[in-house]
Formats: sequence, structure tokens, C-alpha cells
Amino acid sequence: MPTLLVPGVLRAESGGESRLDVAADGTLRAVFEEVAQRWPRLERRIRDEQGVLRRYVNVYVDGEDCRRSGGLETPVEAGAEIQVLPSVAGG
Amino acid sequence: MSDPEPILLPMTELLAIGTQKGLFLATSDDDRQSWQVSSAHFFGQAVYAVAFDTRGPAPRVLAGVDSSHFGPSVVVSDDLGTTWQEPDRAPLAFPSDAGAAVERVWQIVPAGPAEPDVVYAGTQPSALWRSEDGGRTYDLVQGLWDHPHRPQWGAGFGGQAVHTILPHPADPQRILVAMSTGGVYRTSDGGKTWAPANQGIKAYFLPDPWPEFGQCVHKVARDAENPDHYYAQNHHGVYRSTDGGESWQSIADTLPTDFGFAMVAHPSRGGTAWNFPLTSDGERHPVDLTCQVFRTTDAGGTWQPLHDGLPDGPYYPVVLRDAMCADNADPAGVYFGTRAGDVFASRDEGESWSTVASHLPDVLCVRAVQV
Repeated sequence: MPTLLVPGVLRAESGGESRLDVAADGTLRAVFEEVAQRWPRLERRIRDEQGVLRRYVNVYVDGEDCRRSGGLETPVEAGAEIQVLPSVAGG
Repeated sequence: MSDPEPILLPMTELLAIGTQKGLFLATSDDDRQSWQVSSAHFFGQAVYAVAFDTRGPAPRVLAGVDSSHFGPSVVVSDDLGTTWQEPDRAPLAFPSDAGAAVERVWQIVPAGPAEPDVVYAGTQPSALWRSEDGGRTYDLVQGLWDHPHRPQWGAGFGGQAVHTILPHPADPQRILVAMSTGGVYRTSDGGKTWAPANQGIKAYFLPDPWPEFGQCVHKVARDAENPDHYYAQNHHGVYRSTDGGESWQSIADTLPTDFGFAMVAHPSRGGTAWNFPLTSDGERHPVDLTCQVFRTTDAGGTWQPLHDGLPDGPYYPVVLRDAMCADNADPAGVYFGTRAGDVFASRDEGESWSTVASHLPDVLCVRAVQV
């Protein structure tokens, strides 16, 4: 069962939880589809309504930046750790 | 048994200040002479749009909040910011076949009294949205989104956005919207069909300076007494329409410059409006580096500078398109904020000014109401 690590700034959208267990695996897209159903406000902070990863949100699957490993099609094994981190941006 | 004496509650003035890094709510209980300014709500998020809806039992605050990381949303509060509500599902979301995502909410406007639960929102990319639940959730107004001109609407420096929404006060079927480098559009069938309404507005930056659409309208305001009269501040050009937007005539002759962003109409008296002229497109600072508002009381025939109580000495910051407003009081209060984070208020229609707040983040929008 993959685990989603929620950054502190988004924990209001996950009921205060820093780690969320998700049933879906296979791809990152499948994980986020489940997140959209169970924690919709969290998911829409990460992806826009077309399902595109927001520009200044980074997602790492077992430590690998998903943008360098297939984007939303990045393979997610059972037991994978998916870390969501806001990128270094802003003024 | 006689009726009890009516209890006269003191009037409270509410002022919402949307900034690049949060929303500040200010209140005044002494007829706008002194202000209490809150700490930042939604700190770190840009608030390009804010509105008060006073049609219900309690004033509702609606704000378009925009996280540079986590995207835009609309939040509402019925207790003046003590608590905020946001639906689980995105308040505004393009349907999947639209191929677009909401980038920013630029405008939130409650509809007229005939539609007490209707609220409109304008977004980037240019789209109009209609809420029928008091501004909590919105549906895309498909007629404007499907307009054949849309692929040709440009994107100014601020982006391609519907930044002005003016529902007709007496006819819910009639709405006027405006967008930068798109122009003015009108509907008279509740949003099903739209037509450009830019005749007489010059687009000096295009090969044909008098196109059907594509003008860079910065803000449009509706006259208080005649809903078919409008005032428009353009990217160079200040105009008036006396025929519902069918045609526009320049009213810039007695202004020191025709560039600027804001345009505000008096809440109850016809012919009166305020703006904040900037030197030019290439020199975006107050005219003569003086912090001054201009007012007309004859529908743009003449304009007078108003400066009493505003900072002396060189003043560089600009006033953005929604960073000036009027309240609903009599005499009307006028408010503006600058990109230096200064907020000023006038309780006498601009004759004199006082400082509400200083050193806030860049002010993006202000709205005020007396309740």
C-alpha cells in the first residue's frame, strides 16, 4: 500500500495527517485519482482541474522527481513512498 | 402595550484589502474616522478579488485567494473573517473538454436584488462564472467561453482575464464584462450570446486602431443613476458611454493624462466618478509624482484633482484596477490602496483623505460597505 507524505502547509487538507495510506498503486495518476476521491481539497492543491501537476508542486516517488520519471505515469509500487513538496519559488 | 423603541445600531464600515500576500479586513465604528485593521487572512496568498454581499441576513465576505504553489480558490465568510468556508470540490473548475484550468480569480460580483443567491466571478483565462448558491460554487458561462473571438483575445501583462463584471441592476438578462486586450462584451439574454461593445475605444497598439474588439480596457464602472451610462479607464483613453456601451466618447480632455487602471462610480449620485491617472504606459507612476485622485461630477466633462491629506512629496506607487472603490454611504466614502501597501480613505467623497494602513503588501483590490 503506497504512502503519501503530506507537507506541513497542506495538512489542513488531510485532517492534520502527515502520512496517508492509499489503496491504489500502479501509477502516480491512479494514486492521485484516489486522493481526489478521499481528500479532494488536498488533491486540487497538487493538480489542477485538468489533472495537471501544478507548476510549483514537486512530487517524488521513492525519492525520484516524477517529472524526470514519467510524470503522472510514473510507476508506483505497493509500499512506495510518495512525497509532495512545494518547490522553492515565490517572492 | 406599546411597541418597543427601535434599537438604533451604530453603523459599521467594513473595508476589505486584498494584497499580494493576504487579505486584511478593516472596520470603523466612528463613521470612518479611525480604523482597526486585522492581521492577514490567508497570509502569503494573493487576493486579487474580494466582495461584500449584503443581500442576506449578515454581510458575507467573498475572496478569491491564489496560492502561487497550490492554485486559486474562492472562500466565503459569514462572520467577517472569524471562520472561512471552502467547498471540498473546486469552487470554479473548467469542464474537462474545455482544455483549460483556472489560473486566477480576478473579480467577484454579487448580482442584483432580483437574484439574491447569484454571484458572478471573472477569471484568468478569460471566463465568466455564475454561482447560484451565494458564491460558494460556480458554473462556467458557456456562451462567453464559446465566443468565436476568444482565440483572438490577447493577454496583457496581467494575463488574459475577465476583470470587470457589471450585472444590470434592473434586468438580470443584461451583463457587461470587460477584459484587457479583449475589450468590452455585452449580453442581453443572460449570458447565452455576447457581442463586443467597443465602438469609439481606440486600440493605439494595434495596426487597426479601431477594431471591433481587442481594446485594452482596464476598468469599467456603471453610473449610479442611469444604468446605461458607463465610465471606462483604458490603456490610454478614458471614455464614457451613454447608450449602454453601444458607443464610447472620450472624457479625457481635462485629465492630465489618459492612462491609469482604476475607475469608480459614485454609489448613488449620477455623473460622479473617480480615477487615479498615471503618467503614461511607459512611465507608470502618479502624474507629477503626486499621490492624487481625480473626480468628475459632470460625467467626465471636467475633472478635479483631490489631494488633501494624501502624502506630500514624490510618490511612485501605482493604484491597480481594483484597488480603488467607493462604499454605499452618504456622503460616499472613497478608498484606494497602492503597490507600496498604503491604504487611504475619504469620508467626504474625496475632498479629504486619511491613512487607513501603511506598509502592507502590494494592494491588489479594496472593497467597502457600510452596514
